[in-house]
Amino acid sequence: MFLLEVANLHQKYGKKEVLKGVDLSVEKGEVLALIGPTGAGKTTVLRILDLLDAPAAGKIYFAGKDVTRYQRLRLETRRRMALVFQKPVAFKASVYDNIAYALKVRGHNGSDISAKVSSMLNTVDLADYGNRNAQTLSGGEAQRVALARAMITQPEVLLLDEPTANLDPLSTSMIENLIQRFNREYETTIIMATHDMAQGQRLAHRIGVLMNGELMQIGKPEEIFARPRNMKVAQFVGVENIIKGTISSNDGGVVSVDVDGKTIEGISDYHAGEEVSVCIRPEDITLALSKTSSSARNSFPAEIKLIASSGALARVELGCGFPLVALLTRRSAQEMGLEVGKDVYASFKATAAHIIKG
Amino acid sequence: MTEIGQGFVKALELIISLDPEVMEIAWRSLRISAASTVLASLICIPIGGLIHFRSFRGKRILINIIQTFYSFPTVAIGLLVFLMISRAGPLGFLGILFTPAAMVVGQMVLITPILLGLTISALSGVDKAIKDTAISLGATEFQAIWAIIKEARYAVMAAVTMGFGRAISEVGCAMMVGGNIRGFTRIMTTAIALETVRGELELAIALGIILIGLALIINVVLNIIQQRYT
Repeated sequence: MFLLEVANLHQKYGKKEVLKGVDLSVEKGEVLALIGPTGAGKTTVLRILDLLDAPAAGKIYFAGKDVTRYQRLRLETRRRMALVFQKPVAFKASVYDNIAYALKVRGHNGSDISAKVSSMLNTVDLADYGNRNAQTLSGGEAQRVALARAMITQPEVLLLDEPTANLDPLSTSMIENLIQRFNREYETTIIMATHDMAQGQRLAHRIGVLMNGELMQIGKPEEIFARPRNMKVAQFVGVENIIKGTISSNDGGVVSVDVDGKTIEGISDYHAGEEVSVCIRPEDITLALSKTSSSARNSFPAEIKLIASSGALARVELGCGFPLVALLTRRSAQEMGLEVGKDVYASFKATAAHIIKG
Repeated sequence: MTEIGQGFVKALELIISLDPEVMEIAWRSLRISAASTVLASLICIPIGGLIHFRSFRGKRILINIIQTFYSFPTVAIGLLVFLMISRAGPLGFLGILFTPAAMVVGQMVLITPILLGLTISALSGVDKAIKDTAISLGATEFQAIWAIIKEARYAVMAAVTMGFGRAISEVGCAMMVGGNIRGFTRIMTTAIALETVRGELELAIALGIILIGLALIINVVLNIIQQRYT
């Protein structure tokens, strides 16, 4: 059974349709990242999941129970979750009182609250901050207080809205570590909205791509990045090689795609004559100095247009009748003596060519 | 001129010597107004919170009506309360006409619009995210309202101070439902009105000085609160 499930969520702000039938479910202990551009409806989904807003239509199930409307059940259910907002606000009180709030409203006694808050202050590395005015904290500190305040009750579901937007890299990695820790130590189910694809990949077990109020695709991160369902997702998740062409033949699932006279082979169910795009991940492309025989179905003579290195990797832009980007280690680029203007062979398997319509 | 000058001198003598009658009247004024302010606050702050928190049809109109009543004539309130608690009125069985209790009730009615209206506008100044934060952390509706009130505590205190100021300075309602009975329901404002007409200027001036002094203190406190708040 899913811990949290929503079916056919619709939401409207005025006349604007913000959500258009979103289905989503998470299992206990799972981390799900909702990625999508600004205005895609990520925050709206989180607010509905936290039962802050009622959806215009659709149902929400918590541990199998329909909690969409019943007022009593909503408070009870809300108390098993917590939401950290994109711009967290602190109550005009001390850091201690801020973190203690969720326990106070649940009627915990003073000594229990004090023990839990001190332990949480240690967890988020703010042990000496208890008496500080919570409104005088830096962005990273405020975010950690907000996270501590949400996690103090060890909620079953933690909802995070852009938890590291506008934070410096150090604060970002601190927050990411905390998120992973809470997930592992307490088995907290986490649903986080982010526009940072890499963050989604780092933290999430599954990624849902939300665009324009619709859940375009949901699956394991590698699935989303390797097999985007359509052009919009491919572009948003930053697939670097998207090559437009027309299917010229389909031979038992192996298609030939005609790209300006060149032929790329891939695996697809589409029929001859259909307009498609071929997506190839840069790391799936291998470069060789001479035409070698290998199992790769696709091999093209190419000229190196640009080499840019980042860290241990080199990003090589090629021209072979169509533009292609390959990613390899900087060392192998050096050993092969790759440089701009040099001619190479670019190869990739038919299975690495993911074909989408349009 | 000499009469006024003499009045002032005698008035100061009365204040400095802590004249029993002056002190007794001033003390009663303070007690009655403090009681009415506290009781009205206990009712108005939560109700103001509820009006602020909930969205319902006619909310804007309700707030407009409340604000219109800020300057409702005190004698009209006096008349209303009188009609309610006089022997023939619906609350006549309480038998509180011409008692301090009646004055407390009158002042409560009088300052309710100010307390309600200023509480609502104080709470409107609180970041909307506070409400969402409290709710998402598991607060009930009343706990969330309380959290919002705490955020606006300085502005709410200013509202209460304004209410007290209006209660202690009004005369019409206290006269009509209290009856200005010496040693029982006579307060500063009613005493000043009476003693002035009777020509007992020194007593009137002494009470006037105390009343103005109080108004001054209230204003200073209000200013300090508002400076801290903004």
